[in-house]
Amino acid sequence: MRHRALSLKILSSVLIFGAWEVAGRVPVSFAFPTFLESMAALWVLTIEGTIFTAYAETLKPLVVGVLISAFIGIGLGIWIGLSRKFEWFISPIFIVMQSAPLAALIPLLIMVYGIGLTSKVFVVCIMAMPVIVLNTGGAVRNTSVSIVEMGESFLGTRRDIIMKIILPAASPIIFVGLRLGVSAGFIGAILSELKITPTGVGDIITYSRSIADYPSMYAAIFSIILLAVLFLNLLERIEVMLFKGINKGFVSD
Amino acid sequence: MKLFGYQLPAMSSLLVWGLLWEIIGQLELTFFLPALSDVFITLSEIMTTKPFIKAVIDTGQAFTLGTFYAVTIGIPVGILMGKNRFIDELLLPWVNVFLSAPLTALVPVLMVLFGFGLKTIVITTTLFAIWIIILNTRAGVKQINPALVEMANSFGASPMAAFMKIYLWAALPEILSGVRIGFIRAVKGVIIGQLLISIVGFGALFELYSQQFLMSHFWAVLLVLFAMAFTISEFLGLLERKVSYYASKR
Amino acid sequence: MNNQTTSTNAVSVRNVFKNYDDVEALHDLSLDFPKGELTSLLGPSGCGKTTLLKIIAGLLPATSGEVIVNGKTVTGPGPDRAFVFQDFALLPWASVLRNVAFGLELRGVPKSEREAIAEKYIADVGLSGFEQKVPHELSGGMRQRVGLARALSVNAEVLLMDEPFSAVDEQTRRKFQEDLLNLVKHENKTFLFVTHSIEEAVYVSDQIALLLPRPSRVSEIIRPSGFRHKPIDSIRRDSEYLDIVDKIWESLRTYVE
Repeated sequence: MRHRALSLKILSSVLIFGAWEVAGRVPVSFAFPTFLESMAALWVLTIEGTIFTAYAETLKPLVVGVLISAFIGIGLGIWIGLSRKFEWFISPIFIVMQSAPLAALIPLLIMVYGIGLTSKVFVVCIMAMPVIVLNTGGAVRNTSVSIVEMGESFLGTRRDIIMKIILPAASPIIFVGLRLGVSAGFIGAILSELKITPTGVGDIITYSRSIADYPSMYAAIFSIILLAVLFLNLLERIEVMLFKGINKGFVSD
Repeated sequence: MKLFGYQLPAMSSLLVWGLLWEIIGQLELTFFLPALSDVFITLSEIMTTKPFIKAVIDTGQAFTLGTFYAVTIGIPVGILMGKNRFIDELLLPWVNVFLSAPLTALVPVLMVLFGFGLKTIVITTTLFAIWIIILNTRAGVKQINPALVEMANSFGASPMAAFMKIYLWAALPEILSGVRIGFIRAVKGVIIGQLLISIVGFGALFELYSQQFLMSHFWAVLLVLFAMAFTISEFLGLLERKVSYYASKR
Repeated sequence: MNNQTTSTNAVSVRNVFKNYDDVEALHDLSLDFPKGELTSLLGPSGCGKTTLLKIIAGLLPATSGEVIVNGKTVTGPGPDRAFVFQDFALLPWASVLRNVAFGLELRGVPKSEREAIAEKYIADVGLSGFEQKVPHELSGGMRQRVGLARALSVNAEVLLMDEPFSAVDEQTRRKFQEDLLNLVKHENKTFLFVTHSIEEAVYVSDQIALLLPRPSRVSEIIRPSGFRHKPIDSIRRDSEYLDIVDKIWESLRTYVE
């Protein structure tokens, strides 16, 4: 069975990349390099080391932004989950943010914070924060009533009940929120490099487009998507490993 | 939350936030945040201007087309994946990849391939929306109770009738939830596409207002966008809740 | 129904009312639970039996009236009562050992001490060797044994059991009922037992309080007397057992939709 799954995965990769190769050879457009050309460009970028310096630049706002969002987001989420008053007051902001096209705030952020790192970190934060806050809030709010009652009936203090029951019970969904936050953070980081100032990978994309070096452009895009997908996959695996057997609740987008 | 024994409506705190906004704006603490009332006045003024109407129409058109393709391609593909194991195994890894991939990075490619216009934005919108619709439809079809299918067969239903009367309905809650999330993503896709292209729709409008530092214009457009996005999401949520009663009873 | 008990009551419920907004869940309910005995609260769904149990546990406040446990009025959960939950309420991330010791952990008992106590009760409920397993590795029946061991390990005088066997299969359930009878005999505790199974109530109880809905009230108190001291495998053939089961069904059948 494992064999079949693996060979099907390989088959589908060959099909997709093959289609890319063929489309590039036709070519469907002057701006559509073949798969092999793009991979060759990626190889060149890698051995020149350009890609590594680029990623160091790109990942900076992403890491800082996600850390800030995780810290503030989980804090706010726990507070929302524990207090009805705070939930009423604060959660509508994040509910609106969740459905809103927050990218539209970027021009405003540029006006306020300029075109430096601060703006980029902010973009990552506004993208990543809502899903972290809402998942944490929902997880804490929806802790199984019966294990909380259990804690009360065995005379747990409020602090004990929060630390020993509610937070561990909520942690799988909080983790899901973090993963989705990272996913949204990637969008924010890329968007800010494409929209605010071209640095890092965004610089490779923008620059190679301007000199019509399409293989390099495709290579850079391919690599950032690959990186994001691999990293998110890794997070998902860690999640499965950490929380094996603990019932997952909902997963919101 | 309750206040003096009355249950306050869920989103009513937004009024408090609006009031706070107004106060901060009136105090003129920062140039970047004009009073809410000024924003509304500006809104009523620009609503009838040509660039604004054009932006709304352009965006509406791109959104409608984008979501139309996402739904009409996404749902059949999802059903196919749910019913056919080979197709499922072939496509699922890619659907998952594109679901979590930062598709924003693809916009520059789309721009060089399809130009700086409607086509690129429609494709961006579709790309943002389609994967979750496929995945949810597939999940919906996969969880259909086999007894339900056997029941239809035992009463002699034709494959077509079984499809129209059983599959579509049994998977409806999941499909709708996929469509709702897909539409929310589509809104983000439209705006991201327009921002990166910056010469169409709201992207052009933002460019115009931010170059001239027209803060209340800027906020007015943001307000409209956010309100529209929220309305779409709430409306689809309502639809979803209408059928979710039988999703929980399975 | 004869043979009025001379022992004092471990728990007394006095004129308890409970309203949820406009709905009256309990109406002027009074009931005594004799020390060292097992009393069942039996009734159709919606008769408020779980509500009553949670009020006694101190998990829900009564709208009016009072509950007295060992001479003291209940204002909240206390060390004199331990609860066994219908859905077990185990911590899914914690081992059997930690789950059983969790009641003591919340009371601040040092780790080595509470684990020694937990070990004893894990052995008592027949789970030796499973200490390091986590709940999802156990069957439903075993999970409830963990819940029971946790309640026993805090050594409360009163055990409150909320349909403890309703989520386990029929055969496991019979074994549980027999074990429960042994527990009542050997542990000097008072048991309050909520169930919707007539046979189960008659089989395990010293006293059965029949609760009826709309408005919720105690309609009858039945004390089986003849078969309680007979060997447990002959109870289900005892004519008094069968008569009581039939009689309760007579009273309840009109309330079952």
